[in-house]
Amino acid sequence: MARAVTPARKLGFTIASWTVGLVIFFPILWTFITSFKSEGDAVAIPPLFVNFHWTLENYVLVNQRSDYLLHFWNSVVISVGSTFLALVIAIPAAWAMAFVPGKRTKDVLMWMLSTKMMPAVGVLIPIYLMFKNTGLLDTLTGLVIIMTLINLPILIWMLYTYFKEIPGEILEAARMDGADLKSEVLYILTPMAIPGIASTMLLNIILAWNEAFWTLMLTSSQAAPLTQFIASYSSPEGLFYAKLSAASTMAIAPILILGWFSQKQLVRGLTFGAVK
Amino acid sequence: MGKISLRKVTKKFGEVAVIPSLDLEINDGEFVVFVGPSGCGKSTLLRLIAGLEDVTDGVIEIDGVNATQTPPAKRGLAMVFQSYALYPHMSVRKNITFPLKMAGMDPAEQERRVANAAKVLNLTDYLERKPGQLSGGQRQRVAIGRAIVREPKAFLFDEPLSNLDAALRVNMRLEITELHHTLKTTMIYVTHDQVEAMTMADKIVVLQAGRVEQVGSPLELYNAPANIFVAGFIGSPRMNFVTGADADKLNAKTIGVRPEHIDLSKDAGHWKGTVTVSEHLGSDTFLHVAVEGQDTMTVRADGDVAARYGDTVYLTPQADRIHRFGADGKTLK
Repeated sequence: MARAVTPARKLGFTIASWTVGLVIFFPILWTFITSFKSEGDAVAIPPLFVNFHWTLENYVLVNQRSDYLLHFWNSVVISVGSTFLALVIAIPAAWAMAFVPGKRTKDVLMWMLSTKMMPAVGVLIPIYLMFKNTGLLDTLTGLVIIMTLINLPILIWMLYTYFKEIPGEILEAARMDGADLKSEVLYILTPMAIPGIASTMLLNIILAWNEAFWTLMLTSSQAAPLTQFIASYSSPEGLFYAKLSAASTMAIAPILILGWFSQKQLVRGLTFGAVK
Repeated sequence: MGKISLRKVTKKFGEVAVIPSLDLEINDGEFVVFVGPSGCGKSTLLRLIAGLEDVTDGVIEIDGVNATQTPPAKRGLAMVFQSYALYPHMSVRKNITFPLKMAGMDPAEQERRVANAAKVLNLTDYLERKPGQLSGGQRQRVAIGRAIVREPKAFLFDEPLSNLDAALRVNMRLEITELHHTLKTTMIYVTHDQVEAMTMADKIVVLQAGRVEQVGSPLELYNAPANIFVAGFIGSPRMNFVTGADADKLNAKTIGVRPEHIDLSKDAGHWKGTVTVSEHLGSDTFLHVAVEGQDTMTVRADGDVAARYGDTVYLTPQADRIHRFGADGKTLK
């Protein structure tokens, strides 16, 4: 039997969830606040929360020193480009495995997933050398390819589970109704799978946007996305927390906003099939 | 036209022969019911006719044309699924129009046919709704609507009523039967419910383990079952089977008597027994009687029989209504 929701319990839950939420959100908030401090204030002990001299100088400096727009554009091309390329490969693959499964379908799926279990650094040297020899280092093409490949297993898995949710009888009904393969995909499968495809796409864009191993290893300037832009404020010139924070804020803002507006779709996508 | 012939049709899943070589003729305009316990291959057989499963061996002819390799869409058959299989993202109108759109039919004709089907099935007010907003019975009607607009050669029904509640099931049973009278199109109907089979069919095909046990009209199966399996499967409550001395006397391994063909007496009769359960339905009373030296027997009596738990009763089978079976389970002539 469910316990009654008393006002006291409600208050307790509210406080608890705000606490958890704030703890999770705190690093982002701190980065955001720090980005408006001078370098001196940024490292002050005890830390300063609001009672410091607010300044925009970090943003000005960061924009002077590096080409934010170039990195932003690179991030967009890499995340969106790799997502679309991956979807083009993943949709037919997931379709085939969900609706025309063979004896080894489960094994293939597990094998694909297993590639995600290997630490990326394990293949760094071969991939680096391949990129070097084919002239793909520091190119957008190279990064789109690598991002497509590393996110493909997750995409196929997600789409596979969505497609599995579509009852086979509906597709059989379409076949009985005279639909050929093209019509079946166009009129039945795709409309029914669009919520799943959309949330997979969003999640993949976010993953690719935030990816910071391969983007740091395989780019230096021309194709460098925002991850490289943030990193450039950490090592070479020593640690400049305020500028680093300004760069981070600018780098995560776009994806944060995208995530904010697509929350519903993302949550629905990630819990798809769990609750009917 | 909708004449369907199966010749030596075989279906294997891996090494398992679900249907070992089966022959069957379905005539144009017939209402044929495939009935049998679950796992007997009746749904598989329907799916083979539909083309949703490939036959392992044998030939399926539709109107005299070999359709064994024809894809489902080109067979000219319509199917109603157990789960209804409506397209959830389309309105009722679009669901019903879908097969016509796939056939590339003229839009005005599409409109006319959908309106007509909606009228026949009482769906006119629901055409703009999505399947999710309909009740089970309405969804079932949409599924039937989607089948009838195409004016197919034959309708295939795969246990279409099993998701409905009892009252609705009886209604839909009548509606489908009426639809058959109106359309006069061949219908093949799969069910595990022998009452549906008896009430709806022109011809019943009783299946067990992928084999046809008997084909015949409902009353033929009831009056002259070919073997013990059919005798036990058709008729409700089930036929009583008796072995031993009573069977030996009639030169049979087993004899069978239906519950309605046993006379009940409080004083004297062939078998003496004790009532274990009495089910009063108003119109009838079903008595379950523990008979000495036999299995429990079921007797159908009038509604006003006042027999209760523990009462002693005497049962006498009607001599001309006894079915005799040999050691192989087949009916002895």
